[in-house]
Amino acid sequence: MRAKNSSSASANRTTAASTLGQTLLGALLAVGVSAPSWADRFNMPVGVTDISRQVYDLHMLIFYICCVIGGGVFGVMIWSMLHHRKSHGVEPATWHESTKVELAWTIIPVFILIGMAVPATKVLVQMYDTGGEDMAIEVRGYQWKWEYKYLDDDRNKAFGFMSNLSTPQDEIQEVTAKGEHYLLEVDEPLRIPVNRKVRFLVTSNDVIHAWWVPDFGIKRDAVPGMMNDLWAIVEEPGIYRGQCTELCGKDHGFMPIVVEAMPEDEYDAWYESRKILAKEQEKLASMNFTHEELMEQGAEVYSKYCASCHQENGKGIPPVFPALDGSAIATGPVDDHIGIILNGKPGSAMQAFSSQLRPDEIGAVTHYERHAWGNNTDDIVQPIDVVNLMNKEG
Amino acid sequence: MTDAQAPVDESMTTTPLPPAHNAHGALVKKLSALVVGMFAFGFALVPLYDLLCDITGLNGKTGGKYEYDAAALMPDKSRLIQVSFVTNANEGMPWSFESEKGGVRVHPGELKAVNFIVRNPTDKVMVGQAVPSLVPFNAAQYFHKTECFCFESQILQPGEEMVMPMRFIVDRDLPKNVQSISLSYALYDITERSDIALLSKELVESRAAANTNSKIDTNDSTALEPSGNG
Amino acid sequence: MSAVIEEHHDDHDHGPAKGLARWLFTTNHKDIGTMYLWFSFLMFLIGGTMALIIRAELFQPGLQFVQPEFFNQMTTNHGLIMVFGAIMPAFVGLANWLIPMMVGAPDMALPRMNNLSFWILPFAFGLLISTLFMEGGGPNFGWTFYAPLSTTYAPDTVTFFIFGVHMMGASSIMGSINIIATILNMRAPGMTFMRMPLFVWTWLITAYLLIAVMPVLAGAVTMMLFDIHFGTSFFSAAGGGDPVMFQHIFWFFGHPEVYIMILPAFGIVSAIIPTFARKPLFGYDSMVYATASIAFLSFIVWAHHMFTVGMPLAGQLFFMYSTMLIAVPTGVKVFNWVATMWKGSMTFETPMLFAIAFVILFTMGGFSGLMLAITPADYQYHDTYFVVAHFHYVLVPGALFSIIAAVYYWLPKWCGRMYDETLGKTHFWLSFIGVNVTFFPQHFSGLAGMPRRIPDYALAFADFNMISSVGAFIFGFSQLFFLYVLIKTITSGRPATAQVWDGAKGLEWTIASPAPYHSFTTPPVVTLENNPH
Repeated sequence: MRAKNSSSASANRTTAASTLGQTLLGALLAVGVSAPSWADRFNMPVGVTDISRQVYDLHMLIFYICCVIGGGVFGVMIWSMLHHRKSHGVEPATWHESTKVELAWTIIPVFILIGMAVPATKVLVQMYDTGGEDMAIEVRGYQWKWEYKYLDDDRNKAFGFMSNLSTPQDEIQEVTAKGEHYLLEVDEPLRIPVNRKVRFLVTSNDVIHAWWVPDFGIKRDAVPGMMNDLWAIVEEPGIYRGQCTELCGKDHGFMPIVVEAMPEDEYDAWYESRKILAKEQEKLASMNFTHEELMEQGAEVYSKYCASCHQENGKGIPPVFPALDGSAIATGPVDDHIGIILNGKPGSAMQAFSSQLRPDEIGAVTHYERHAWGNNTDDIVQPIDVVNLMNKEG
Repeated sequence: MTDAQAPVDESMTTTPLPPAHNAHGALVKKLSALVVGMFAFGFALVPLYDLLCDITGLNGKTGGKYEYDAAALMPDKSRLIQVSFVTNANEGMPWSFESEKGGVRVHPGELKAVNFIVRNPTDKVMVGQAVPSLVPFNAAQYFHKTECFCFESQILQPGEEMVMPMRFIVDRDLPKNVQSISLSYALYDITERSDIALLSKELVESRAAANTNSKIDTNDSTALEPSGNG
Repeated sequence: MSAVIEEHHDDHDHGPAKGLARWLFTTNHKDIGTMYLWFSFLMFLIGGTMALIIRAELFQPGLQFVQPEFFNQMTTNHGLIMVFGAIMPAFVGLANWLIPMMVGAPDMALPRMNNLSFWILPFAFGLLISTLFMEGGGPNFGWTFYAPLSTTYAPDTVTFFIFGVHMMGASSIMGSINIIATILNMRAPGMTFMRMPLFVWTWLITAYLLIAVMPVLAGAVTMMLFDIHFGTSFFSAAGGGDPVMFQHIFWFFGHPEVYIMILPAFGIVSAIIPTFARKPLFGYDSMVYATASIAFLSFIVWAHHMFTVGMPLAGQLFFMYSTMLIAVPTGVKVFNWVATMWKGSMTFETPMLFAIAFVILFTMGGFSGLMLAITPADYQYHDTYFVVAHFHYVLVPGALFSIIAAVYYWLPKWCGRMYDETLGKTHFWLSFIGVNVTFFPQHFSGLAGMPRRIPDYALAFADFNMISSVGAFIFGFSQLFFLYVLIKTITSGRPATAQVWDGAKGLEWTIASPAPYHSFTTPPVVTLENNPH
């Protein structure tokens, strides 16, 4: 689940993975072949935080204790099954109780359990020590994407963005070959610095989701109307991947979490530039653009988000993906056109883009669709039209 | 085989009743009472749960209006607590909703005020309800609100913007390991389940009576005196 | 399974009515037990088909057979049908058949209510399954139906689901009252509490658990109904409710429910192992006390299903410790079974094989349960395939294997014919291999990070899912083989003796095979000879 920037081993592993699975035998063999990834595939990741390592140690400790007890119990059982057989002419014993033995196997396990509870309690207490953070990020679950907001006491410095699954539908529907990070890739990952205490405030906008990054050793439910907090100090730069782990409806399996841990100076530089970009993007919603500017931005958005279904030439793939060239919607009332892009069309493949695209992007792409190909309406669609419609709909 | 396996050649009517047959009625009554009792207990879990939340801060639920003695407020200058605010209009709620500041630093025992700004951009009269949640949970019972918009639902006219004050005191007894508190408000649309006419009437009355809806000056970074304006 | 009884039956008696009326209006515990068992088998096949649809889709990454929306309906209904339609009715069927014979009673205490509690079930499950064909589809929010996914965001058919759950609950509650009344009031003279077979003991405790928690489930779904249709806000934060409260109420029901599905299994295994070890059950008294302790503890551990929801530290610690404590009485049971086998004179007929597999594989499920109890580690396991592996290990080779073992063990008594040992053993080995191939790799995919309830997954999980799917089809088709073995036995098995197993003790073995339509119409005398304890 984890790929270090500089690690070629992990790349090999996942390539191996994608070619695997043709046959059972092939699969089994390959697991053995790709040695560096062996533990990752069978076991919990050791992870890259102090907490995740402690959790891993705890997990292994309990596992070994279980193995010892299981080995003992099953060993006695199997020995008995081999030797105490009627076919060997064994006469059954008649005893059926022993207070001493029964007391022993009631009391001894209690001490073993105490031996497990002590380290578990220690780790748990550390996990709850959320104070003294260097920065806080709000993590908000949506059906079916995550929103990350970098909090700041000064509202003007805070910003956020959506993180959507970026695996193309064609890969999911078996049209094209699957990429290396199939279902574990997003359009914009959460970026955090290494070696700083980052506090995550987890909540939800609709149903219950759960935010989990295995390599950080943290998972918490995102509950609507309630906030949870988690923290992590990541020690190694890299890209860490996780998934939503609470059933949240249709696309529960399609809302991955990708976190990029960056060296501190790189992060600081990224943070400053991303903040400026966010402010600029915000301003765009209230700006007016010329026909040429709208067509240029619209074409860009169109090929990124729309063209895979409606095609670059606007002809679509009827009947599933309708043509936009000459369509009633793309040449009809502007509000209906914007509305369908904002809210999607229930029961069809058309998604709602209201939370995936900014108003200026929706405005531009609407404008583009109304003027590209054979379409030639005489209106100009500005971002403010989109904002107004969003506000009106409620 | 023993006698117990006697051939069953008597008719059922002559079979002696099992010794305890008459006890069935009483037992069934007792067990039915248990069933009814447990069904009621299921519902009793609701108030029990709320009580438990109040006591333990489960789910970060904060308490109701805090009554305090202004004279007894003694800010603990040795500690400075970071209090952050997270606001959000939940799914299907078109209002914009934000605190004026993303966070403030306070001394325990100090009265502090923060403004939240809410705007109804739609062309309909709408009612909203803010639901608070606070982390870490063990700080919830030490976070006292003396005034909060979350105590009641808010009604906004089309296009109306409102400044809603929230005043709080972080208790001096706040556990030592808590250095930062995050308070989240999720704003829900409860128009459908509200009586707008009644709420409007109440609102007009309360505004006339109190006339305190003016924006609190929070630019002053020092603690508000409890006897101060508002 | 008792269709043959009438042929062998004595004309003097009030025998069963003929035709459909016999089954519709019967108040006979054996007929009702038979109907429960066949009904649960049908549900098992339907729920199993859903499991195979799930495993087919998960055979490799990408979406091949079903779309996510339908996949979620499959996982939800698979869970609901297996828990409420297969495992629980099968245990009630066994209770109906066996408890009156084991305690020396002529029938259940409340025969007419017994008929009603069975006949509610086909309607409840008919309603539930019919929602799959309705507009908007059936329940798709997981068998745990967490709010608000099951309230605000649910398909319209959720109302039928709620009504179905109410009906199942009513059926279970009536069945439990009946079982308690039978055990408390209808024991033969000399059948003291501490002489009752463990199956009777475990069912007595299970019945009390059911009466305690099924009404709480009914309360939870009633609250959902009110939230959906009558504008209340039990689980909606907007109106002052709390979705997390749903989980607390659900698991207050749900954890004892887990033990409802395993305690009768303990009773079955405690009957089978002594028979084939030809040695009395070791530590009968401690078995009874351990069962009672497990039942008690089941009420104070519910929030271990909710460690990731967010709770104050003290709460997490309390539920971690109390959950770990359950290992103690459960361990006592396992040790007792092993001690029963020790120095016995064992033979390995099909029921014994299933019972031994139960002890080993259930214990493995117990180990993963102990790992899940450790809160910090649970954060990594929670809602992954590790949990799926855990509860399938306790429910499939646990509860289900015990039911299959019970069927092989008592079938000769029920229908008067022996099953074919070779076919039985073939069925065992196919099931044993199938279940492990299916569920063991799920530990690995879970630890590696695969969440549960997803229709598609990352490439790293491909190998284990493929193995798991192959195992699932082996296991699924070997249960059709089981059906064949059963039908063959009932129609043409060789006649069984009354004793059936030379090591078997207990009142049910003192009557003829097949058991007469009315048994123990005069109470038997309980002696040390015919009762082991």
